Amino acid sequence: MTDPVHNGDNPAQRSQRTAAASSDLAIELIKINKRFGAVHANRDIDLKVRRGTVHGIVGENGAGKSTLMSILYGFYTADSGEIRVNGTPHEISDSRHALALGIGMVHQHFMLVDNFSILENVVLGAEDSAMLGPSLARARGELTRLAKEYNLDVNPDAIIEDVSVGTQQRVEILKALYRGADVLILDEPTGVLTPNEADDLFRVLETLREQGKTIILITHKLREIMAITDYVSVMRQGQMVETLETKNTNPEQLAELMVGRRVLLRVEKGPATPGDTFLSVENLVVKDDLGVIRVKDVSFTVRAGEIVGIAGVAGNGQSELLESVSGMRDQTSGTVRLKGTPLSLEGDDGAHRARQAGLAHVPEDRQRMGLVTAFEEWENAMLGYEDDPAYGKGIILDAKAARAQARERIEKFDIRPANERLKTANFSGGNQQKIVLAREMERNPDVLIVGQPTRGVDIGAIEFIHNQIIKMRDAGKAILLVSVELDEIRSLSDRILVMFDGKIVGEADPATATELELGLMMAGVTDKKRAAAPARAAAEGKVP
Amino acid sequence: MDLALILSTLDATIRLSTPLLLACLAGLYSERAGVFDIGLEGKMLAAAFAAAAVAAVSGNVWLGLLAGIAVSITTAALQGAAAITLKGNQLIAGVAINMLAVGLTTFLGIQWFAQGGRTPQLKAGERFTEIQLPFSAELSGVPVLGPIYADLISGHNLLVYIAVIAVPITWWVLYRTRFGLRLRAVGENPKAVDTAGISVILLRYQAVLITGLLCGFAGAFFSIAQGSGFGNNMTAGKGFIALAALIFAKWKPVPAMFTCLLFGFLDALQIRLQGAEVFGIGVPVQAIQALPYILTVVLLAGFIGKAVGPKAGGVAYSKER
Repeated sequence: MTDPVHNGDNPAQRSQRTAAASSDLAIELIKINKRFGAVHANRDIDLKVRRGTVHGIVGENGAGKSTLMSILYGFYTADSGEIRVNGTPHEISDSRHALALGIGMVHQHFMLVDNFSILENVVLGAEDSAMLGPSLARARGELTRLAKEYNLDVNPDAIIEDVSVGTQQRVEILKALYRGADVLILDEPTGVLTPNEADDLFRVLETLREQGKTIILITHKLREIMAITDYVSVMRQGQMVETLETKNTNPEQLAELMVGRRVLLRVEKGPATPGDTFLSVENLVVKDDLGVIRVKDVSFTVRAGEIVGIAGVAGNGQSELLESVSGMRDQTSGTVRLKGTPLSLEGDDGAHRARQAGLAHVPEDRQRMGLVTAFEEWENAMLGYEDDPAYGKGIILDAKAARAQARERIEKFDIRPANERLKTANFSGGNQQKIVLAREMERNPDVLIVGQPTRGVDIGAIEFIHNQIIKMRDAGKAILLVSVELDEIRSLSDRILVMFDGKIVGEADPATATELELGLMMAGVTDKKRAAAPARAAAEGKVP
Repeated sequence: MDLALILSTLDATIRLSTPLLLACLAGLYSERAGVFDIGLEGKMLAAAFAAAAVAAVSGNVWLGLLAGIAVSITTAALQGAAAITLKGNQLIAGVAINMLAVGLTTFLGIQWFAQGGRTPQLKAGERFTEIQLPFSAELSGVPVLGPIYADLISGHNLLVYIAVIAVPITWWVLYRTRFGLRLRAVGENPKAVDTAGISVILLRYQAVLITGLLCGFAGAFFSIAQGSGFGNNMTAGKGFIALAALIFAKWKPVPAMFTCLLFGFLDALQIRLQGAEVFGIGVPVQAIQALPYILTVVLLAGFIGKAVGPKAGGVAYSKER
């Protein structure tokens, strides 16, 4: 019995499929509609994807990109419309069917079983027979072949939870290729990757294109679109706005098409007028959960009216620094002063005391640390400050007052949908971030610590968030910004500190520092070593 | 302690471990597939009643066993419908099964047999009796090994051997077959299974029905193998101990066997210790009977370390975000 999933591995069937392809379109979607209750997620979508191209689909969160691709992949069924694969109409009823048609998908959240080996994950759902042994043996050989052909080296026996996110993504790609995918859909593939891993991914995608595969890339990062795609389709609010040839367009035009209005991709800010030192960190040493020292004797200051950005490749101690200064993680030694007064940040209520003292914190991971996503918006809007008299007396909560205040903030920060009774999980990433920002900024703190303010946030919301941070600065607050997005650091900061291996290895003026200089510092190359180190690798942020 | 005493304690250990092991493996299938099952107890109880009732009425032990299995599978299907199709809370579904089983077995017992909830005493052909393995009599004369073979390995009823064989079979199914791979995957990340084009619902039902099958054997062991008739609430919380054993064994079949043997040994020891005196003071029998349960708590709390169950356990699968 032949499993329909496997036909990609059977040369006869593969050539049959190619022969059936008379047109040069790999995928054609005609008038696709999909509703989720009241939400019209896809409205009369038309899309043509040429074979052997990288086709980008951009749009803000909630524009309907992922829904459209889930329909193509058979995870959802369209309410109406037609899907043509290689010129032939198909009703794709489930993922198995899509796979059989040669359509594979790499989901934004990987569809991997964490405690399985890479080999088992590749085989899952594509087993040859009821016995596992022969399937695993064949997959092992096939993986070696694919690894060679597409430069996708993995250790088949490694367990998923032990390998890096970049490797996990390779496994997802391998899974699709193993099932004979000719069309590969990647949903926000770089959201979870470090810049290096993203570069590796793009190299793989180029190889795939050279080998004749068709790639559909969903993203909201315009840089990626410009860098790798041949064509780009823009979606907005469930509709297809435009399809362009990438070489004939530019990021500004795409951003405008995405948001529906002109967007400033550059942050506009006046010069800083720094005042007194508000935050000073002295000789801070911090260990991570495993007891490894991650912050090594770090000292710096942030003055009123300035934004100090900490640049660095993810995992060089920035997270531990943030968590320690905001009171979430105990410091091993060192002092943190707020306006000259040492803060006591030890213990479980350290974060609470820091907030009371006027140090607000927008954590790096809003879903894990900033919000309880199962709560309604208004509950999150006061989380951490719920003992404030404004929200009630003693043990009685004044929900009315809290909701009224939440409504005000929704308006002020343009949080959409403007409904304080909606579950927080139902807001988009950008709006969730605005909920956290509104909560922390509206307390009018002296010092604001912001981690990854625009990770997974739409272009329109990024502009808004950046402007809010500048506004805080201009109101005379001290702001400490940590981000792995070098562009963000450069455009927002008045001063840049570069962190490498737990230490501040350099300071730079964003007005004059070049990307290369910063890249070298982020790679830990100081002036003395620079001659010896290959500058190119360092500029890519590779850690030696 | 002499050999005979050791052997008889170990013999009791095997006997007492059997229903635990069957129930534990039953739970393993279901929980590995992501359906938490605290209804093991209820399914065993229902099976025990059905097996004894049918064996008594028909006079046939095999019909009794079949009835026990059928009732247990039906109960499992009911629980599955609530927890899988209707996406109900899995714990509540299990609790409901447990309560239903306690009430219904007593009620039907009184209605049908009018013996205060008991079923009639089973006669020789109506229950599973000890099987003497070949040469056990001949070899019993051989020092040490002889008695071990004759008393410990030979001389148990059929269901004991089924429980023992179920361990390697479960291991093989879990790690060497396509079904096992999918079963393990669906308990960890059902979305990965769904996107691979496999039905999560179907897989979970298959797992739950296997759970029903094994609970049927476990229940039948109580009433038509170890005992000779059904008594009120005769499973006495063994389903929960099996659940504890499952966690202790970290949801793996071979450790499950050793854990169940350990719990069975504690129970055997308890029986042996009844009436014992400590420093000349008689220990109340209830205190000794409570020992296995207390030790269960201590073992689970203190020695197990961090037991991480199947990641997607306890949550009904739904495609929507």
